[in-house]
Amino acid sequence: MMKIAKYVSYDILRNRFIALYTLFLLMVTFSMFSLDSDPGKATLSLLNIVLLVVPLVSIVFTTIHFYNSYEFIELLLAQPVSRKTIYFAEYFSISIALSTAYIIGVAIPMLFLNFSESSLYLIMAGLLLTFVFVALAFGASVATRDKAKAIGIALLFWFYFTLIYDGLILYVIYSFSDYPLDKVTLALVSLNPIDLARIIILLKLDLSALMGYTGAFYKNFFGSSLGVIYSVLFLFVWTLAPLLLAMRKFVRKDI
Amino acid sequence: MIIISAVNKRFGKLEVLKSIYAEFNHGKSYAMIGPNGSGKTTLIKCILGMVLPDSGTINVNGKSIANDWSYRNLVGYMPQIGRYPDQMKIGQIFDMIRDLRQDQSHIDEDLIKEFNLDHMSDKRMHTLSGGTRQKVSASLAFLFNPRIMILDEPTAGLDPIAVEILKEKIIAEKNKDRTFLITSHIMSDLDELTSNVVYLEEGKILFNDTIDLLKEETGEIKLGRAIATIMKRNLKESERV
Repeated sequence: MMKIAKYVSYDILRNRFIALYTLFLLMVTFSMFSLDSDPGKATLSLLNIVLLVVPLVSIVFTTIHFYNSYEFIELLLAQPVSRKTIYFAEYFSISIALSTAYIIGVAIPMLFLNFSESSLYLIMAGLLLTFVFVALAFGASVATRDKAKAIGIALLFWFYFTLIYDGLILYVIYSFSDYPLDKVTLALVSLNPIDLARIIILLKLDLSALMGYTGAFYKNFFGSSLGVIYSVLFLFVWTLAPLLLAMRKFVRKDI
Repeated sequence: MIIISAVNKRFGKLEVLKSIYAEFNHGKSYAMIGPNGSGKTTLIKCILGMVLPDSGTINVNGKSIANDWSYRNLVGYMPQIGRYPDQMKIGQIFDMIRDLRQDQSHIDEDLIKEFNLDHMSDKRMHTLSGGTRQKVSASLAFLFNPRIMILDEPTAGLDPIAVEILKEKIIAEKNKDRTFLITSHIMSDLDELTSNVVYLEEGKILFNDTIDLLKEETGEIKLGRAIATIMKRNLKESERV
């Protein structure tokens, strides 16, 4: 697997799009820290951008890349390697490439600009989100043969997790406000990887009050370190579940 | 040797392969002929394990290929359209595929040399023309001296010199106790390269025997005309029914 991943990730890293993504992240990181003198606030602004951009780029780039390498996957399938190997090689290649962009664009400058615990958590959250959304993109790509449809599904995932889901949660909390909703909200938050990532950092930044009801409750329920472990654990579930489901489909797919 | 028995495949409502039985033996080369959409590529992909048949079995050298990938050590495949990762260099493609094969004992780099690919191993794939990519695909297929060669439209997109090089290579190799499966729409090529004809139409094999027998049966001297005669005959029969 690593043999294939070595060559494929090299190919993706030379992709112009990855270079632009890295540059964009660098610009955002530097501008956030130069605009705001309070590093906590700067981290928070950066967090909001990371939570929007990282999932979007990961899911769209992965889907497009999967379809562009369709013929290449075909060629690999004619070689004496199992489908699982090819599948995981592709997953790791894309994850490595996108993580490298994120590390160069956000992680390294942050370590220099503002070395703190919350920075480390922001770096971790971004990386985990990359893994989650690359896996979701594989799910979208394997589901259909049509590139346009797959990109549509991928974008739908993004819209759902960034916009629609928040609306749904608000609606539920609002309409059932007469009932004790603590545990329900907690469960609902676990169903959205972006919320999980947000919680990691907000707990660390001690800004959980900003998240309102859920954040305050979350902090109360877990204390901060347990909350982080819970979130990270669920983000791993969010990576593995779509990744393995899509693999089952890929192994039986007609290429 | 490839034995295909009772293979069925449908894509949704469309029945692409209808209970296919066929044997492809070592030492022979087979031309797969049929109208567009007759199931040639699907059959090839079934043999390569890319398309999984709904029912039926495919055996390569006595072993079923279902859930097994090791048989592909014996197979060389040249796809109809070869697309490679844009930023990879020609040399890297060859290195990578060589990394994937365990058996490195019979490396055959003739085609790489004759196509002059060794002089451009630093070129990136996206800078190459379609013909050059075909040359890469052809060289890859022959690289490991496989017992079974599957070539899907090998001469499409190649310049006349490259076509001749490739044809000479196929003719030289086919005498070495191999199985060749070649699809093409260029009958004169197939006439030169192959000894047997597999004629597919609407997912069924209508003819699988030597070219000589086909010519004799139809009374034609050229393969192209013989196939045309068969196609017309089938058309008339289906009209009668």
